[in-house]
Amino acid sequence: MPAPNAAASLPDIAHYTHVPNRHWGRWLAVAIIILLIAGLARAFAVGQIEWDFVGRFFTAPAIMTGLYNTLWMTLGAMALGITLGVITAVMRMSPNPVLQGVAMGYTWLFRGTPVILQLLLWFNLALIFPRLGFGEFSVRTVDVMTPALAALLGLGINQGAYTSEVIRAGMLSVDTGQYEAAKAIGMTRLRALRRIIFPQAMRVVIPPLGNEFIGMVKLTSLASVIQFAEILHAAQNIYYANSRVIELLIVAAIWYLIIVSILTPLQMLLERRFARGAGGAR
Amino acid sequence: MSQSSTMPPATMPLVAIVDVRKKFGDFEALAGVSLDVRAGEVLCIIGASGSGKTTLLRCVNQLVTIDSGAIWVDGELTGWRIDGTKLHALPEKEVARQRLSTGMVFQRFNLFPHMTALENIIEGPVQVQKRNRAEAVREAEALLARVGLADKAGSYPANLSGGQQQRVAIARALAMKPKLMLFDEPTSALDPELVGEVLAAMKELAASGMTMIVVTHELGFAREVADRVVYMDRGAIVEQGPAAEVLGNPQEPRLRAFLSAVLS
Ligand SMILES: Nc1ncnc2c1ncn2[C@@H]1O[C@H](COP(=O)(O)OP(=O)(O)OP(=O)(O)O)[C@@H](O)[C@H]1O
Ligand SMILES: [Mg+2]
Repeated sequence: MPAPNAAASLPDIAHYTHVPNRHWGRWLAVAIIILLIAGLARAFAVGQIEWDFVGRFFTAPAIMTGLYNTLWMTLGAMALGITLGVITAVMRMSPNPVLQGVAMGYTWLFRGTPVILQLLLWFNLALIFPRLGFGEFSVRTVDVMTPALAALLGLGINQGAYTSEVIRAGMLSVDTGQYEAAKAIGMTRLRALRRIIFPQAMRVVIPPLGNEFIGMVKLTSLASVIQFAEILHAAQNIYYANSRVIELLIVAAIWYLIIVSILTPLQMLLERRFARGAGGAR
Repeated sequence: MSQSSTMPPATMPLVAIVDVRKKFGDFEALAGVSLDVRAGEVLCIIGASGSGKTTLLRCVNQLVTIDSGAIWVDGELTGWRIDGTKLHALPEKEVARQRLSTGMVFQRFNLFPHMTALENIIEGPVQVQKRNRAEAVREAEALLARVGLADKAGSYPANLSGGQQQRVAIARALAMKPKLMLFDEPTSALDPELVGEVLAAMKELAASGMTMIVVTHELGFAREVADRVVYMDRGAIVEQGPAAEVLGNPQEPRLRAFLSAVLS
């Protein structure tokens, strides 16, 4: 005998339609936000901004050169920063106290002073060392220390001090058992770092490093003070001539936003690449 | 090398531990341990927590550097080069080379989580021993089959059970073709129902003639597989002998207390 079905005595609701929750609060919030944005847009549209100037200068040759300079300076300074950061982190984690000391001194020195001051120091290096090199193989410092080189060294070396801490945090996040397992199959310290530790540290390192990368895009604008022709410097040069200050600052702002918008999905791709084996396939 | 660091193999056990001492700060973890292990022998080390079992094992493959004494593995003095009456510390590369004769299996498996089971196993042969990759893959597949995991080659450690991970770890150590295998409580991090599969893999290995030093609390395994059982207490070997004698007819009061505590 099948057990009597309780449903037989309940009302039949099988054909009723489901009505989801209305979330009135959300709709209200959206309405308020749209109103605020519309108001802001109107303010800018009727404000003292000549938008056709923004359009006209958006791809001006000087701005394009500035864009190019900003991009390569970001890549170059980050490449230098990451290289120095990895070397410094490895030195800091080494059993050798001399290497540890050098690494700590470097981090201390470059984290302890403002970047803009470091940029000015590199750019004015000629005041300390009029010539670089030895005897007949020397050159005038002013000929070598161009704004571009000073910016690359200033931003890259400063970045290295910060990146080293990010990398070190990544290395510390890997279980010590991993070092031991690597040693047990005959790996030297450096091979273990390269094959076992760094690939695992990457997962922890990429989000803050993405942050630093985005920070560097904007940090390059500081190099305008040593006459490096990046976007902001280009925009300033144009508005010194035509006085369209706000329009050109908006041009620069839009370009920074575009660069950063492209970097964000790249970071997500990298993160996925290094999440291998992290229990994601479960 | 001006004078040989090796001894004639005939007179030499595979592992010779001679009066080894190790202090961590003021605490004496090893207080003069001497122990020989012949090739093909299976030795189980038992003892209470903190008695120095792990430390002794880690000294053998130089994860811990000893304060005094000597450890010879496969006829070579570990960690030092003999030059006249002087001992020179070996450079890191030489220490890494010496470790190749020893495989180690850890309590917590320590598989490389970013590599599949197969990649874990071929990592040492390909990257360290520079063996041909295709050949290493073939051998790794055979090793996986040997530990009963032929179908798990492509799995990441996170997707394997503890027992499966530990068997991959055994295969990874074996892939280096070591002469000696060290096991540090290989089943104590496992759920009870997974212990058997790992012990079975170890029994098969023992039967194949591998020299093994096994730190374990599995007295059943020791009784069945060990040629010799060593009981340690407070950094020293207190009693040793054939498994049946040490476990069946203990002499030392401390060992008796330990055994009755473990068995109850
Ligand atoms: N790296 C270290 N630094 C300081 N003390 C240590 C270190 N390694 C081990 N010790 C100490 O040495 C003693 C022996 O440790 P060991 O790990 O060898 O014991 P064990 O016999 O393996 O114990 P267990 O059964 O708990 O694993 C312990 O008291 C431990 O605290
Ligand atoms: Mg232990």
